[in-house]
Formats: sequence, structure tokens, C-alpha cells
Amino acid sequence: MSPAPEPRPRNRQAAADEASARALMRSPAAAFRHGIVQSLPFLVVIIPFAVLFGVVATEAGLNLAEVMGFSVLVLAGASQFTAVQLLSDNAPAIIVILSGLAVNLRMAMYSASLLPWLRGASGRHKAWVAYALIDQSYALSIQHYERHPRLSVPQRLAYFGGTAVALCVPWMIATWVGATVGQAIPDEIALDFAMPITFLAMIAPMLRTPAHLAACFVAIVLALVLAGLPSGLGLLIAAPAGMATGALVEWRTERKEARDAGIPG
Amino acid sequence: MQASPAEIWTVILVLGVGTYLIRWSFLGALGDRDLPGWVMRMLRYTPVAVLPALVAPLVVWPAARGGAADPARMAAAAATVAVGVLTRNVMLAILAGGITLAGLLYLL
Repeated sequence: MSPAPEPRPRNRQAAADEASARALMRSPAAAFRHGIVQSLPFLVVIIPFAVLFGVVATEAGLNLAEVMGFSVLVLAGASQFTAVQLLSDNAPAIIVILSGLAVNLRMAMYSASLLPWLRGASGRHKAWVAYALIDQSYALSIQHYERHPRLSVPQRLAYFGGTAVALCVPWMIATWVGATVGQAIPDEIALDFAMPITFLAMIAPMLRTPAHLAACFVAIVLALVLAGLPSGLGLLIAAPAGMATGALVEWRTERKEARDAGIPG
Repeated sequence: MQASPAEIWTVILVLGVGTYLIRWSFLGALGDRDLPGWVMRMLRYTPVAVLPALVAPLVVWPAARGGAADPARMAAAAATVAVGVLTRNVMLAILAGGITLAGLLYLL
């Protein structure tokens, strides 16, 4: 839901202030509770989004077990909506899967950026972190780790655990609520458009650099031009082309800035 | 939806396992290796490329209207993007889009 955070400089020296001192004093149990409390504001977005998923997926024809299967086993809102949309367009399963995975590729970036902070955690702990690594748990945790670089690994894991429980459990419950009440929603309400509006609302705040705008623009133009292809196929061409455009514009901008600053290369 | 329950569960399981492997990748298997710079650059633009590409055809040719262009849905999409860009607030943008759509569908 939140814009994908940019990678930040690591091990930034945090001021040895009171907040840091308090964070360093916390037992893992207290760090866990702290993670829960700091996650609460995000529920304002997560709960309606999950209810909406439950409603939209049910309207598309999925039964309760299938809807819950998505929210428990996939646990990634944007890709869940993508999959349901393509399934109701009767796209082949392979295209549904590839598109859903493409939406989730950004999480490889989250995984890479958490690694330096969780070195020394057991394989079992890392496996659980991977399961609950959603946009919001990542964004909260990386901010917390960078703000208080001297936390121990158990403190970091406990904080992440708090965010994971506070964010993922409501996601599942709210999905169930949506799937249950969804059957009672009259057809006159234009629910077909709830997903497009939600996605546009998520993307718009991310359009902050020329590279992001270029990526978005190319992806839209190609998606419209290729709309005649079998369902889902246009997306698999338009999206990578948009990503490559964004990367290219970013690279050119950096090179230009380096030249302007008089740095060779 | 024509997909059979078996197809739907295949999608759920493969997408679930695949997504898990993406999340686990660096924490678990790839360890200390850094991604090449160009891969990181591409990954940064996945949301702003994938989601608009998915949504654009739905805005221009909404299935609920049998694929005919619909002024109410276009206006709602425009309102959502405008409020999202201006306020950087996801909830406000959703509200703007929802109210525009409901209002125009009622009026038109």
C-alpha cells in the first residue's frame, strides 16, 4: 500500500537521544509490543483494503476457502487483486501467476535491504520474517532499525514480529469479513471499479520523479496498445517495458548529475 | 469466471509459494550477495509500471459497461490520480475516486 521505500544509506549514525536509549533498553517482549503499537495507524488502510478484497473476490465467483487461501497463503494485496481480476477475465493460469509474481517482485528488494540488519538470526526466524514481509511491516521495521542502529538482533526480530502480527492478522480477518458480507452487497454499487481506484490511489503518491512518471507512462501506453492481445499478455509486455524505462531514465539522470557535478564517469 | 476450482487452487498455491520465495530470497538463499545495480533499479519501478498497466485498460474499457468507454469511470480515475498526486494520501485519493464515481453514476 505504501510507496515502495527507496533503499537508504545503511548504518546511518543515529543521535544518542532519549528515544534511542529507550529502544535499546526494551526487552524483546517490550519491543514486540512497541511494534504492535506503531503498526496501528496502518490499519486504517489495511482493513478497508482487505474487506474490499474479500468483497471483490467473492463477487468474482470465488468461495470463502479460496478467498481466504489468497489472503493467508499469498498475503500480498496488490497481487491478490491482480490475480482475481485476471481470473475473472478468464486469463490462463500461467498468465495469472506470472502477473501476480511480477507485482510482488519489489519484495526481493525488501528482502535484500533487511538482510544486513537480521544477520545472525536463525533460519527459522528468517523464514517467518519472509512470510510476513509486506509493504507496511517492511517500511516500519527498516525505519526503526535505521533510527536505532544499535538494537540487538532479538530486539529487531521482536519489533518485526509485533508489526507482522498487528498487520497480517487483521488482513486475514478483514478479508473474511469482506467475503462474508460481500454476498449481501447489491449489484448497483459499481464494485468493478473499486480495484482500479484503489490501485490508482496507491500509485499516484509514488509518481515523484521523472523516472517514476516515465515508467508509469510507458506501461500505460503499451497496456492500451496491446489490449487486443489475449488477456493478461499485454501486461506481461507493458510492465517490464515500463520498469526498464524507469531504470533507464534514472540511470541517465544520475549520469547527468554526475557530469554536472564534474565527476568523471 | 470460467476457471475450475483446481485451476484457482493452482493459482493460489503457486502464487503463494512463488511470492514466499521472492520474500525469502535474500534473507534465506542469496545471503550476502548484492543484486547487480541494474536489477535494483528495475525492481524500484515494479509498482509504478505493473499496477498502471493492469488498471489502464479497465479505466478506458470497463468490463461492467461491456467494454464501452464510460465518462463516470474515467472521471473517477482522474479524480483519484489528481488527489493522490496532490495530497500523497492514499485514503483521500480513494475517497475522491469513490465519491466521484458514485456521484456521476447517480447523476448520469
